[in-house]
Amino acid sequence: MSGWTVARLVARTKESDTARTLHLQVPGWPGHLAGQHIDVRLTADDGYQAVRSYSLSAPADGDQVAISVQPAPYGEVSPYLVEEFPEGADIEVRGPLGGWFVWRPDRTEPVLLVAGGSGVAPLVAMLRARLALPDGPAFRLVYSLRRPQERWFGDSLDALDGRSDVAVDYAYTREAAPGATRPVGRVRQEDLLIDGFTPAQRPLCFVCGPTAFVEHCADILVALGHRPDRVRTERFG
Amino acid sequence: MAALTPGFRARRRAPGDRLPPGQFTTEGFPVLSAGPTPVVGTDRWELTLTTETGDRRSWTWSRLMALPQDDLTTDLHCVTRWSKFDTRWGGVSLDVLLEGVDTHATYAWIESYGGYTTNLPLADLRDGKAWIAHTYDGRPLPAEHGGPARLLVPHLYLWKSAKWISGIQLRLTDQQGFWESLGYHDYGDPWREQRTWGD
Amino acid sequence: MPVQDGNALAGPLSEVFAVEVTSAWRLCPGCGTDSTVGALRVYTMGTAAVARCPHCGEIAFRLARHAETLWLDFGGGGALRIPVTG
Ligand SMILES: [Zn+2]
Repeated sequence: MSGWTVARLVARTKESDTARTLHLQVPGWPGHLAGQHIDVRLTADDGYQAVRSYSLSAPADGDQVAISVQPAPYGEVSPYLVEEFPEGADIEVRGPLGGWFVWRPDRTEPVLLVAGGSGVAPLVAMLRARLALPDGPAFRLVYSLRRPQERWFGDSLDALDGRSDVAVDYAYTREAAPGATRPVGRVRQEDLLIDGFTPAQRPLCFVCGPTAFVEHCADILVALGHRPDRVRTERFG
Repeated sequence: MAALTPGFRARRRAPGDRLPPGQFTTEGFPVLSAGPTPVVGTDRWELTLTTETGDRRSWTWSRLMALPQDDLTTDLHCVTRWSKFDTRWGGVSLDVLLEGVDTHATYAWIESYGGYTTNLPLADLRDGKAWIAHTYDGRPLPAEHGGPARLLVPHLYLWKSAKWISGIQLRLTDQQGFWESLGYHDYGDPWREQRTWGD
Repeated sequence: MPVQDGNALAGPLSEVFAVEVTSAWRLCPGCGTDSTVGALRVYTMGTAAVARCPHCGEIAFRLARHAETLWLDFGGGGALRIPVTG
């Protein structure tokens, strides 16, 4: 699909105290791959336009897609989308976009996902695409976040309890969950050295988050011996 | 015609005596860059001024610091629509560097460590309108904001205030710099909203 | 907004290319690094962007959207290799 098309906000659901997932209906949506994003274009009544990119946080559901938005302090677009954009209203979108930071369901190697904060959105889309398969490669999500209350997609992640082939580890940087044994702090080498996902197993690694987080984690992965072209990154800037 | 987004407004304020049209004010100091931040130690820093006849003069860090210094407080206006009021700088006026330079040039072509370039009329570097700034808010200018030294031409959009400045070429004809050759304005006056070609 | 990846340019590039171009490969003429467009480093100023080699920083291309015009400058080269089916 190329060019802009009109989408409608059909629902807004809560991911955390501040973040929301927007469910958009896009007539004629062609489907998408996990990891792809859309561009969203907003037009004010004086003609001013703003364009932003948001990762799709779930596999396509017919002509419905989902983006998850953290309102930036003093932001121009994200607070509007979270707090003001009315249900039933229209917005222009373009996509699906991107073909590099994607996971295709025919891949067979293990997948290591490393998320920083709201960078979890495209990675959860990959995890959900894997869970939609009856059988598939091992997945591990390392999810770095400040504190447990800031976790997104809690229901989907809690549903993994008891599974070993698809699992999540949390790396809290400020305040840990009750009973967590890992000391709080930024992601360390031992957080990313995981049985089944070592360089010898040649996993595909996807890292998404703020620029400094992505560079820190990608450096660790390459230092561990992962081939740079198997460490795919998406920086929020 | 694009579909209106109900209730969406640009994050801008009514223009006023200090805020040019289309801008909003910020308390932060956003970092914009066309490439990786070059690491330039003051021990190997040098600024070269070249006239249209090829005459050159250059300043090492110690020579720059030995020149008369200005302190100034000014407003900044970025083409990405943020403005920042009352920024405090220290540096050397271009009037000092251009004193006694024999030139008939009309234009200046600015070069930076890291490869960035920009162009502007030479007149906009004269008469107390431009500085080689090395101090911000009382401290050495951080590398991400152009340290050790950047051009500061606050009456034009901030992309003219080249970070990591390394050279000034005086020219008889204009040549477009890095962003100017990608559609940004040759002059860049924020009060006339000269953002892109044709503005 | 210091640096992003080439992925971020998929939207604007879709205005000029008929294929998904962030999956295309580029061999850097500066340092020999082979990377996809999606893995380039992207620096932005407003609606303009510079895509650089992730290893040596050489410019791959520049892109800007001003009103009704999209600017695309491939400067010194580095051929794109675009995967096609069949
Ligand atoms: Zn290179």
